[in-house]
Amino acid sequence: MKKNKIIIIIDYGLGNLNSVVRALVATGAIPRISSDLQELAAAEKLILPGVGAFEEGMKGLKKRNLIKLIKEHVQKGKYLMGLCLGMQLLFQESEEFGLHKGLSLINGKVKKLELKDKSYKIPHVGWNQLIRPKGQNWKDTILKNVKNKEMAYFVHSYAPFPKNKEFILAQTEYGGEIFCSVVAHKNVMGTQFHPEKSADVGQRILKNFLKLP
Amino acid sequence: MKSVRIIPKLEVKGENLIKGIHLEGLRIVGKPEAAAWRYYQDGADELIYIDLVASLYQRDFFLNIVERTAQRVFIPMTVGGGIRTLADVKMALRSGADKIAINTQAIKNPKIISDVANTFGSQCMVVSMEVQRKTDGSYECYTDSGRTPTGLNPLTWAKQAVKLGAGEILLTSINQDGTLNGFDLNLIKLVTTNVPIPVIASGGAGKKEHFRQAIVIGYADALCASSIFHFKKAKIFEVKKYLQQQGIKIRI
Repeated sequence: MKKNKIIIIIDYGLGNLNSVVRALVATGAIPRISSDLQELAAAEKLILPGVGAFEEGMKGLKKRNLIKLIKEHVQKGKYLMGLCLGMQLLFQESEEFGLHKGLSLINGKVKKLELKDKSYKIPHVGWNQLIRPKGQNWKDTILKNVKNKEMAYFVHSYAPFPKNKEFILAQTEYGGEIFCSVVAHKNVMGTQFHPEKSADVGQRILKNFLKLP
Repeated sequence: MKSVRIIPKLEVKGENLIKGIHLEGLRIVGKPEAAAWRYYQDGADELIYIDLVASLYQRDFFLNIVERTAQRVFIPMTVGGGIRTLADVKMALRSGADKIAINTQAIKNPKIISDVANTFGSQCMVVSMEVQRKTDGSYECYTDSGRTPTGLNPLTWAKQAVKLGAGEILLTSINQDGTLNGFDLNLIKLVTTNVPIPVIASGGAGKKEHFRQAIVIGYADALCASSIFHFKKAKIFEVKKYLQQQGIKIRI
């Protein structure tokens, strides 16, 4: 059914959305970029992308009256996936350039990567492993056909730390710091890495999101 | 352990993929999009596209190649070659670039580095340095595809670039470029051990062992190469497998 393939990418003024569009097209999805409240309210699946600073991201959402819309979308049980900054915005607050409130869809804070090994550089740029935490099962999730420790592409200095450990679908280690790289709580999920830049594993994850019932 | 990235560089003139030695003398080695696709399939971690024509009139042609590549190749792409203004950067990003590499204009007008970093984010701003090793062993930065000396020491300039907001440094050895004789390990180590941002080392890779040296001796965060791949001396996958066997964390 054509309707099932439509994924709307929220345009809130941040980042180059074309790469997300291109990657989604390749999965067979029908992606649309939109900031139109009616179009977004009618969407079954929303993607919250984003590159840039947390405060700016929240400002962009506020300016376009998108915060209430996103919360209602989630309340209705519809799917929302945050990518990179978009994943960080799902949380309660972030320490980036001051303390700023997020969407509070998932409990926890976004903090700067605290590296124990100072030979590692900030930002965290490059490919790194997605590790399945003990007791976590990837079956029926967006990681269902991802192998443990497959690598994805990261570019970030801050990372989310969910309060509920069971929402940590995957974690990643960098310079001695272990952070949440994939979060999932019912119909809300997010990846700290860029699936649209993570080659085949990224394509699989986006396709899994597309295929969610 | 930090993972290392392998990044093929594709220099484009018109519709052709080109390779030079010491940044000049151009040899046609194929078609850019076909090579990009092949390298992506072979496991390239990122791609660098350089526009060798770099003139206002031919820019569209080059950006069309970038755009078509972006439709199928889902790894980060860095685009460079004659980028001068924020408008140039915006166009390149819209065509599918994730990062922009600037050399000449960054030295002529260093403010462009902070302008790009502030507008698009530091992660987007790769400062490209082309460095000549002099007979006395000292180093000097060059602009205009290795033609114009600047009197700048690469370490001094690299530190300045970091202050201005550079996200990464693309460090090319003019002496080693195209020779397949190995990287300039001293140059790489000089910069990587003295700047807090990732350094992509370029110039001279001719065999798998060269990559290992650049990582273990030079501390490079990423390796950029063209001749070895364009002239099929080694495949990307072979290089990565070898590095993994040497105990280096790398995406296979």
